[in-house]
Amino acid sequence: MSHNLSPQAAGAAADVTRDAVLTVRDLNVVYQGATPVHAVKDVSLTLHRGEILGLAGESGCGKSTLAYAVNRLHDWPAEVTSGSVTFHDRDGEDLDLLALPPGRLRRFRWSKLSMVFQGAMNALNPVTTVRAQLEDVLTTHRPGMSKQERGARCAEVLELVGVEPRRMASYPHELSGGMRQRVMIAMALLLDPQVMIMDEPTTALDVLVQRGILREILRLRDELGFAVVFITHDLPLLLELSDRIAVMLRGEIVEYDTAETLYRQPRHPYTRRLLDSFPSLTGERGAFLRDGAASRTQVPTDGGAR
Amino acid sequence: MTTLEVRDLVKEFTLRSGLRRTRLRAVHRVGFTLVPGRTVALVGASGSGKSTVARMIARLEKPTSGTIAAVGPDGARIEDRHYRDHVQMVFQDPFASLNPFHSIEHHLARPLVLHGRAKGREQVRDRAAQLLERVNLPAGLMDRRPHELSGGQRQRVAIARALAPGAQVIVADEPVSMLDVSSRLGVLNLLARLQREDDLAVLYITHDLATARHFSDSIVVMNRGRIVERGPADDVILDPRHPYTKTLAAAAPDPELRGRLRSADPGPEASSDRDHLTYDHDAGRWVDIDADAQAAVTAA
Repeated sequence: MSHNLSPQAAGAAADVTRDAVLTVRDLNVVYQGATPVHAVKDVSLTLHRGEILGLAGESGCGKSTLAYAVNRLHDWPAEVTSGSVTFHDRDGEDLDLLALPPGRLRRFRWSKLSMVFQGAMNALNPVTTVRAQLEDVLTTHRPGMSKQERGARCAEVLELVGVEPRRMASYPHELSGGMRQRVMIAMALLLDPQVMIMDEPTTALDVLVQRGILREILRLRDELGFAVVFITHDLPLLLELSDRIAVMLRGEIVEYDTAETLYRQPRHPYTRRLLDSFPSLTGERGAFLRDGAASRTQVPTDGGAR
Repeated sequence: MTTLEVRDLVKEFTLRSGLRRTRLRAVHRVGFTLVPGRTVALVGASGSGKSTVARMIARLEKPTSGTIAAVGPDGARIEDRHYRDHVQMVFQDPFASLNPFHSIEHHLARPLVLHGRAKGREQVRDRAAQLLERVNLPAGLMDRRPHELSGGQRQRVAIARALAPGAQVIVADEPVSMLDVSSRLGVLNLLARLQREDDLAVLYITHDLATARHFSDSIVVMNRGRIVERGPADDVILDPRHPYTKTLAAAAPDPELRGRLRSADPGPEASSDRDHLTYDHDAGRWVDIDADAQAAVTAA
């Protein structure tokens, strides 16, 4: 693997001047319930080719809703009330995702932009084999492929993510959590997409497996050149992995900067609070740790005052 | 004050594949003591056997051999029928561990009544309200159902439920890994406060080394069913000796080390000749539990 980026190239990956692959402008998403919930407020993001964009925030901040809306996977009562999502294809064409007719949208999804869903390890169908689920993608999107070609392509992507191709005959429950996660990533890679959205792909995994999968994502990004939107609440992980980070709070992006700047000079108090929520492994014990008095006076953050 | 003594714990599972049967040793000769007022963190990757240990302590699983004994302040072993008055568990997933059909009051009232801590409607309700107050929840939540609460609130209810029988030993299996980051520290600080106030003995099971270090007094590291390293929290984290502990410590995300993911892979964890040994920081030496057991047998 000689494709690893040098530190200079990694810095260039955050360069704003390079061409964009996905532009989100002033996007608003509202859940039209009895009391409408404004889940995504005026969000603007630009994803560049080969970039890893981190989207950080807690549950309920709207980060998954944003990801779903970009892919138009959101369902009533969620509604995009205004804004635009533009995909800049490799061959120069610009696609307005919010206006794509259903047929073209079906062809667009997964082949140009794929998604690894939250709880990916439970997203596989338990009653069919891994092979059937992988080949299903190819029979739908590449109807011209022969059986042999399909099998070969499935084996190829499994090898890319480090799962032995003979495991294709397995049912999901016969694989470990980390392997299922890899199968989901392989499935997202099948059609050679230009953008991959990963919604909490490693949260349920332990640190060793997580590290392995992150390495895999970076290596594949370097080899295949796709761009990644990485959604998680684990800020230290994003700081280590991504080029730029957007911090979301109550549907709004409160801070959007390179990972380096965000770590060294966080400007928004919420970013600082998120950073403080992760005790450092080797650093000093913060004053807020193991201090019952502090936790009692602290405003309950999980709505304890309801 | 109750002490929990775990000695030489072994758990084997039988695996069936067709007609063949194999035995899998999930836990091998694990031992530690939970003392009132102190927290022991049990750390390891998935599949290391840490949850199996927790399930055996909670008596959800029967050990193949070895003993788990709760010892009262008078030094006498607590009878099996009173075991659960003393030892209670907090599970990982507060969405699954609370019954969606029952109110919060019911979740607290059941253990209060079953363990004879309260009698009569009034007293039960009073005690339940006290328990909620102890975990920083308003008594007004009493009539709600679990789905109306946030993850952090639910985990607080789970902690209150563990305290309801008057438990002195709390086993918390990944109590915060499913929670939002901002409520994690709150729940951990709550556990620490309750521990101080009630002089509880706590076993904190986690794969997060950072919180293990900050919220526990000593750490026990498990790999493939064995204890590979043990000692005071700071010693184990800042001066890890076993190769497995080092790998685990290096795998935690660290913003200071940005870019290392892009550098060469250190390769798969090198298997070492020390895999079967335990480094004991208190003793300051490597220990081979199998050899020690052999020696004990020959000496006897």
